[in-house]
Amino acid sequence: MEMIVAIFTKYGLVMAFLIIGVVMYIAGLISKATNKRIAGSAIAILIGLVLAYVGGVASGEGAGGLSKIPLFSGLGIMGGSMLRDYCIISTAFGARISEIKKAGLAGIISLFVGVIASFVVGVVLAIMFGYSDVVSATTIGAGAVTFIVGPVTGAALGASSDVVALSIAAGVVKSILVMIMTPFVAKSIGLNNPKSAMVYGGLMGTTSGTAAGLAATDARLVPYGAMTATFFTGLGCLMCPSVLFLATKAILG
Amino acid sequence: MAIYGLTLLSVCMLLGTLLGDILGKAVNVSANVGGVGFAMLFLILISDYLLENNMLSPKAQDGIKFWSMMYIPVVVAMTARQNVVAAVKGGPMAILAGVLAVAVAFAFVPMISKIGAPGTPLPENDKEKEA
Repeated sequence: MEMIVAIFTKYGLVMAFLIIGVVMYIAGLISKATNKRIAGSAIAILIGLVLAYVGGVASGEGAGGLSKIPLFSGLGIMGGSMLRDYCIISTAFGARISEIKKAGLAGIISLFVGVIASFVVGVVLAIMFGYSDVVSATTIGAGAVTFIVGPVTGAALGASSDVVALSIAAGVVKSILVMIMTPFVAKSIGLNNPKSAMVYGGLMGTTSGTAAGLAATDARLVPYGAMTATFFTGLGCLMCPSVLFLATKAILG
Repeated sequence: MAIYGLTLLSVCMLLGTLLGDILGKAVNVSANVGGVGFAMLFLILISDYLLENNMLSPKAQDGIKFWSMMYIPVVVAMTARQNVVAAVKGGPMAILAGVLAVAVAFAFVPMISKIGAPGTPLPENDKEKEA
């Protein structure tokens, strides 16, 4: 047993690939059980949060989550900011400028309104719940944009880990709600044509939420919504730690 | 070679981070201002040019695509190392923030859809097909 633990600790990153692979597989099974209504990725992130809670309690310090347990230390490398940002940036590959132009004026406006509106909602709530320093409020606001923009912003601004965890949680709640609610509100918000699907993708932003929600509404709308949604995270990563942070700072003082 | 794709990705990331740090200095905050966003912007612009001119081999593209496929797993690993114990205290806030952000965004869909020429509804499906 000691030998096994020693190997797992020594090859931490390899161990992390193993753990995350198992988590993704289990999440996929749960997703199937919900008839794919909730995307596997959102479930996997929820499992990740649960693991972080368990790890935090087990190690007795909370910070660092599961990665504080030596056996799972590799998660700290795999989920560290270097590899994370590398992966996030790589998702921009393949976004063609001609496609961005196709989204048109409504698509572009929806992106800006979507990022700013979510951000403002998050910041207001953060302040109401007592996270009134500029860095924490901005990070939680960014989390309301998406669960990616939150931690990216938090890392850029130097927010504490519990605030980053909160911002992820807010983003995951948003993503899951979009998946579940979309088919129910589709009719009342006029979600029956490519153009409104693009506007919708730009406003919601969460790619997994948008894709799963539209698939449950009308599968033919998915590519339109997903197209604008892919730009949402990029725009959020650009605006939240910069313009929106400075605006928040100017207002909060 | 696959490594060329990773090299391109590295160049974009380091340039973006540098620009973010410089911007942070310029506006006098000790933070990286929009670095990841700039890096994505660089990648879109450079890769669009390279693809347009057939200068990025399929292998090099695969190198980049591998990392974009690793995106969700890496995010899961990231969540597993957050201080969730401390965040649970603020749980209701996270839920409320998520709910309100969605509600506000839904409300904006019909408004912004009105901008520009109206969209044409897709023809009625024969019968709702299950995905």
